[in-house]
Amino acid sequence: MFRNQYDTDVTTWSPAGRLFQVEYAMEAVKQGSAAIGLRSKTHVVLACVNKASSELSSHQKKIFKVDDHIGVSIAGLTADGRVLSRYMRNECINYSYTYESPLPVGRLVVQLADKAQVCTQRSWKRPYGVGLLVGGLDESGAHLYYNCPSGNYFEYQAFAIGSRSQAAKTYLERKFEGFTESSRENLIKDALFALRETLQGEKLTSSTCTIAVVGVGEAFHILDQETVQSLINEFEIVGEEPPADEATVPDQGGVAEPGPADQGTPTDQGVTPMDV
Amino acid sequence: MNNLIGSDADSQRTLYPYVTGTSVVGIKYKDGILLAADMGGSYGSTLRYKTVERMKSVGKHSIIGASGEISDFQEIMRYLDELILYDNMWDDGNSFGPKEVHNYLTRVMYNRRNKFNPLWNSLVLGGVKNGQKYLGTVNMIGVHYEDNHVATGFGNHLSRPILRDEWHENLTFEEGVKLLEKCMRVLLYRDRSAVNKLQIAKITEEGVTISQPYSLKTFWNFAAFQNPTVGAEGSW
Repeated sequence: MFRNQYDTDVTTWSPAGRLFQVEYAMEAVKQGSAAIGLRSKTHVVLACVNKASSELSSHQKKIFKVDDHIGVSIAGLTADGRVLSRYMRNECINYSYTYESPLPVGRLVVQLADKAQVCTQRSWKRPYGVGLLVGGLDESGAHLYYNCPSGNYFEYQAFAIGSRSQAAKTYLERKFEGFTESSRENLIKDALFALRETLQGEKLTSSTCTIAVVGVGEAFHILDQETVQSLINEFEIVGEEPPADEATVPDQGGVAEPGPADQGTPTDQGVTPMDV
Repeated sequence: MNNLIGSDADSQRTLYPYVTGTSVVGIKYKDGILLAADMGGSYGSTLRYKTVERMKSVGKHSIIGASGEISDFQEIMRYLDELILYDNMWDDGNSFGPKEVHNYLTRVMYNRRNKFNPLWNSLVLGGVKNGQKYLGTVNMIGVHYEDNHVATGFGNHLSRPILRDEWHENLTFEEGVKLLEKCMRVLLYRDRSAVNKLQIAKITEEGVTISQPYSLKTFWNFAAFQNPTVGAEGSW
């Protein structure tokens, strides 16, 4: 996208019928680190890449519990994501207090989308620069939604957002047809594999990723580091997938890392702090 | 800041009820919930109105029965109709069940009580959703609970003991109606605000039915009714 005379504020249409400020906000989502969601009939798994800005710091929180039955993972301006998560928690609490019943996910995402839309139609506001993958349970089963800065929302079987999410989407597109009937363990396994795709050869360990699960009879919770590491080891998702043939040559170990893995991909250094 | 309760002169808050309904009795049975209430609207000690519908359906899954101030019940119905309307406007396959409606009402009643401007009612809320039966009650001070059988007003004193003895799980419809009629008959004999014109409401997974009004057979020739004061010294 290039600068043009219609992109200064969100209340200016371009002659082609576009709102550039909204599109620029969606760019912020694409620059954030990856977040992935997938669902079966009974469970939703959210996963995200955790990049700390330096070895000295902790990494940003990108997955939030909204209620026992709803959780969200974000990509883009994490500060905006935090604020929206607080809004979602508030809505869930108020509904529960009045009706003694969990807020249906479908209604929460509509309220969230309407809130985002307001910012696309006020001259004194800016659109939220965060994409949210909302996963939750209601009477009709497990749901996964994606909420955009534009105020649109879509329901998905599986989706990925953020940088290099296309690699994850390609993996998910191959496997998604089996997700509805998938077991909880296989769903988590697929989330880890999809996440690995976005790392483009970098090592997948429990310190570089976060996984969260919600399901029938299972409240939303983030899996702890040990559990995640043991799952990674169990599924043998360390480097590339081991080669199909069991070669007798010992130095052709299946766990060999390909060369480029150690170089951090250049685009990471260009990521500004607020975009992680 | 405003004076806390206000003087009676400028106040619009409810001080005492005018036109009132008497007991409502509700039970769970095999297929759902049964409610019974008579059709009387008393004006103090006058049995003024005799065709007051004190039970109404709420949405697809619930029924409400009210005793106490009839105009406040009509106001509650406006709140509930609005609640259900907005629920339907979501048009998303979700709908409020009896549990949600009961809790909403509890919030409303308790809030009004805190402002010293109560809705002068005792309500019974029952329904079935996804095979789950629900029966609860809430009154003007916000006290609320659920049970297998509930009642308001005099029903608590005269009907609940009968129900505690004779209610059991999986009553058939006929058994349930017979049990309710027994409760209503006792109320008719002993509650002076009761009138002999009642309705029975039934709610199951399929939906709501409120019966046409009918009356109970009474027998006044019990020995105890013949010379009622014979055992009470000094009475007339």
